[in-house]
Amino acid sequence: MLSLSLSHYLVLSALLFSISVVGIFLNRKNIIVLLMAIELMLLSVNTNFVAFSHYMNDVSGQIFVFFILTVAAAEAAIGLAILIVLFRNLNTINVDDIGSLKG
Amino acid sequence: MNIETIVFYMFAALSIFSALRVITARNPVHAALFLVLAFFSMAGIWMLLEAEFLAIVLVLVYVGAVMVLFLFVVMMLDVDLVQLREGFWRWFPVGALLAIVMVGEMIWVLAGRQTAETGAKIAKHAADYSNTKELGRLIYTDYVYPFELAAVLLLVAIVAAIALTLRQRRTAKRQDPSKQVQVKREDRVRLISMPPSPKVSIQSDAETDQVKH
Repeated sequence: MLSLSLSHYLVLSALLFSISVVGIFLNRKNIIVLLMAIELMLLSVNTNFVAFSHYMNDVSGQIFVFFILTVAAAEAAIGLAILIVLFRNLNTINVDDIGSLKG
Repeated sequence: MNIETIVFYMFAALSIFSALRVITARNPVHAALFLVLAFFSMAGIWMLLEAEFLAIVLVLVYVGAVMVLFLFVVMMLDVDLVQLREGFWRWFPVGALLAIVMVGEMIWVLAGRQTAETGAKIAKHAADYSNTKELGRLIYTDYVYPFELAAVLLLVAIVAAIALTLRQRRTAKRQDPSKQVQVKREDRVRLISMPPSPKVSIQSDAETDQVKH
């Protein structure tokens, strides 16, 4: 408990991941906060990668985090662009109002 | 309890607090700002894990670019907050149950095994070890192909984001370069041959006025 180990970091990122899962349950109407919860999930997953890379003494894990950050940045940019187009057309970001593709 | 443990618990508490505030904040702007705080404290924890380059990248790229984009969009959209908050806690029991099960499983798995033995005696890198240099060496040798792909991915993302949000209004005046190139002299300048008009002497009129007064 007192000296740091791998499980400290893994439990921390598990906590962050579960918090963002709860966030998706809570903010199911607000797409912006949903996107933020997804960013938080990616952060906790990246922390797992960095922790394993440190404790296994292998830098390849950090390369993977590098690529995840790249993809996450692209994802955030495109997601927000879609959000803006959605708001421009429907004048809302409420998930309940965006069910027009529902059969 | 050494200094590293204290720093770890401090940053961990900070990140969990800010993550909780992200998901419960009433105002999306506050949620975005608390997400920035979560990124900062996570960058501290990555520093502790000797991933210095990634910690700096997290602060520069994530806090500096992605979160600013989030804040920009949140402030640009005029969102009806009351409507979005209605029924906020309705599915909370389900989500909380799921989260507790996930964390419980994780702690059960991790605390049961002694993973500490793999990590407790991990050797620290020397003072002149450069994390950035090591990452750069790997990226430009072993991972050069994925690196190029990531660059192409970013380019595609730029094009996609611009193409999605580009709006062409009818009333807006735009340039059409092909028409500009194809334009001929006859389209712009029209020379009219006019017969020379008889001389009208303005000066003489002015003189007659002066005589009248």
